[in-house]
Amino acid sequence: MIVLKNISKIFHTGKESLTAVDDVSLSIARGQIYGIIGYSGAGKSTLIRLLNGLEKPTAGSVVIADHDISAAKGEALRRARLKISMVFQHFNLLWSRTVSENIAFSMQIAGVPKADIKKRVAELVELVGLKGRENAYPSRLSGGQKQRVGIARALANNPDVLLCDEATSALDPQTTDQILDLLKDINKRFNLTIVLITHEMHVVRKICDRVAVMENGKVVEEGDVLQVFTHPQKEITRQFVRQISQHDDDDAFQPELADNLRGTIIKLTFVGHSTHQPVVGELTLRYGVPFNILHGRMTQTAQGVFGQLWLHVDASEEQLDNILNDLRQHDIQSEVIKRG
Amino acid sequence: MADSYFPHLKWDQLIAATQETLYMTALSGIATFILGLILGLALFLTARGSLFQNRTIYGVISVVVNVFRSIPFIILIVLLIPFTKTIIGTILGANAALPALIVGAAPFYARLVEIALREVDKGVIEATRSMGARLSTLIFRVLIPESSPALVSGITVTLIALVSYSAMAGVIGAGGLGNLAYLEGFQRNHNDVTLVATVTILVIVFIIQFIGDALTKYLDKR
Repeated sequence: MIVLKNISKIFHTGKESLTAVDDVSLSIARGQIYGIIGYSGAGKSTLIRLLNGLEKPTAGSVVIADHDISAAKGEALRRARLKISMVFQHFNLLWSRTVSENIAFSMQIAGVPKADIKKRVAELVELVGLKGRENAYPSRLSGGQKQRVGIARALANNPDVLLCDEATSALDPQTTDQILDLLKDINKRFNLTIVLITHEMHVVRKICDRVAVMENGKVVEEGDVLQVFTHPQKEITRQFVRQISQHDDDDAFQPELADNLRGTIIKLTFVGHSTHQPVVGELTLRYGVPFNILHGRMTQTAQGVFGQLWLHVDASEEQLDNILNDLRQHDIQSEVIKRG
Repeated sequence: MADSYFPHLKWDQLIAATQETLYMTALSGIATFILGLILGLALFLTARGSLFQNRTIYGVISVVVNVFRSIPFIILIVLLIPFTKTIIGTILGANAALPALIVGAAPFYARLVEIALREVDKGVIEATRSMGARLSTLIFRVLIPESSPALVSGITVTLIALVSYSAMAGVIGAGGLGNLAYLEGFQRNHNDVTLVATVTILVIVFIIQFIGDALTKYLDKR
C-alpha cells in the first residue's frame, strides 16, 4: 500500500543543513495501523509530511497505492491528496465554519455535489459521535470534539490512507483513549490504512499493528508491536516501552520479600495469545497444588497481552518438572527464580 | 431657530456637500478594498517562507506600496494631476478626486491586509493544502474568511482615512464637506459653516466606526 524507498530529507537554512529524515525505507500494508514513534526532533513530522507531498524528499521515492507521491506535481498531486487525508495535533479547523461546514470543506475541495455533501455530512456526524453539535463553531467545542470534526473531515472523501500527526497529543488521557477507539473502529470498519506518528508508547500499544522507532532521522527499530514490546533491541525503544510500565523500577519483583516462603518461585512470561488461556487455574486442577500469585504485570496491546507473573508453588520435584513441561507446551516462557 | 445659530449655513449646500463626501468615500472605498486585497494577497503569498515565495514580485510590490504610502496626500493629489486629467478628463469635482484617493489608500490597506493574512493559522493553511485544495479555494474559502474580522477592521480604519483625505481633496476643488468648510467657512470667515461641516464629518466617521466594529464582532466566531 505504502512503500518508502531510501527516503532522505535535508533542510537548508543559510549555510547550515539539517538532515531531518535519513535514508528511511518502510513498507506499510493495506488495512494496517502503523505507528511511527520518536521524540520531538526525530524527524517523524517530516516523514509523515512526505507521505502527502507537503514536503518533497531530497532523495528516494514515496509510492502510495501505485501513485508516486514524491514525483507528483500540480493537478496530479492535488488528486492524490484527495485520497490521503490528514488529522492534526492542533486539529486545524476553520474557526469561521461550523462543525458541518468544516466537515463539508474537504468535499467542496473534491468537487462533490451539494446534495451529496449534505447527506455525507449527516453520516459522518453520526459516525464520529457529534450529533446535535452540527451547527456549533469550533470555539464552542472541547479538544476531543474538535478532533472528531478533524477525523470526520479527513474521512469525508473515503480516503485510502489516513495520516495522523500526533492526533492525540493535545488531548487529556481519557479523551485520547476515546479518539484512539474511534480510529481503531474506523480502521476495522473501512479497512482503512492508518499511519500515525506519536511520542507516546501508549498510543502505539493501544491501536498499532506495527511500529517503527525513529531517532535522529533514522528508523532504528521496526516490527510487530508485540515483538517490539517484548524484545526491544535498542535503548531508545526500551525507554518507550518503559513509558507503559512507568514504575518499572520500584515495581519489580523483590525476591528477598519472599525469602521465608517454602517452595518454588516461578516467573512466567506471556506473549500474545497464550494469555487468553486460564493457565494457572488449569495447573491447579491438574496437579492439585495451589498457586499463589506473588507479583504480576500485564499490558494489553492491539495484538494481545504480554506480561509477567511471579508464582509461588509448594510442589515436589516431579510435579515441578511436569508443570514446567506443561507451560512449555502452552508456549509460555518460564524461569525458576528460587527452588524450594 | 437653527438659522439664528448658523446664520450663514445653507442647508441645500450642506446636503449636497455631504452627498459628495459620501460618494467619494464610498467609491474610493470599494476600489481600495478590491485593489488593497489583491495587493495584500500578493504580498502575503510571495513573502519569504510563504507558499509562492518570490523575492522579485514581493520586492516590487513592497517598494511601490511603501512609496505611495509615504507621499503626503496633499502632494500626491498634485503629483497625480496629469494622470487624473488623462483618465477622468478634468481635475475638478468629486470624480477627479477618486484616482488620488485610491492611489493613496490602497497601498495603506494592502499592508493591513498582509498583516491580517499573516494572522491566519498556519496549520489551517497546511490542512487546506493537505486536502488537495486549489489556490482559489485557499484564497476565497480559507484566507479571506479566516481573516475577515481583521480585514473589516482594516477597511474601517481605511474608510475613515478616506473621509479625511476627501476633505483634503475638497480644499483643492473636489467638492464635499472639506470644500464647504474651507471655501464657504474659512475663506468667508463664516465660522458657523466650518463648525457644521466639521461636525458632519465627525458624525460620518462615528457611523463608519460603529458599523465596522459591529460587523467585526459579528464575523468573529473565535
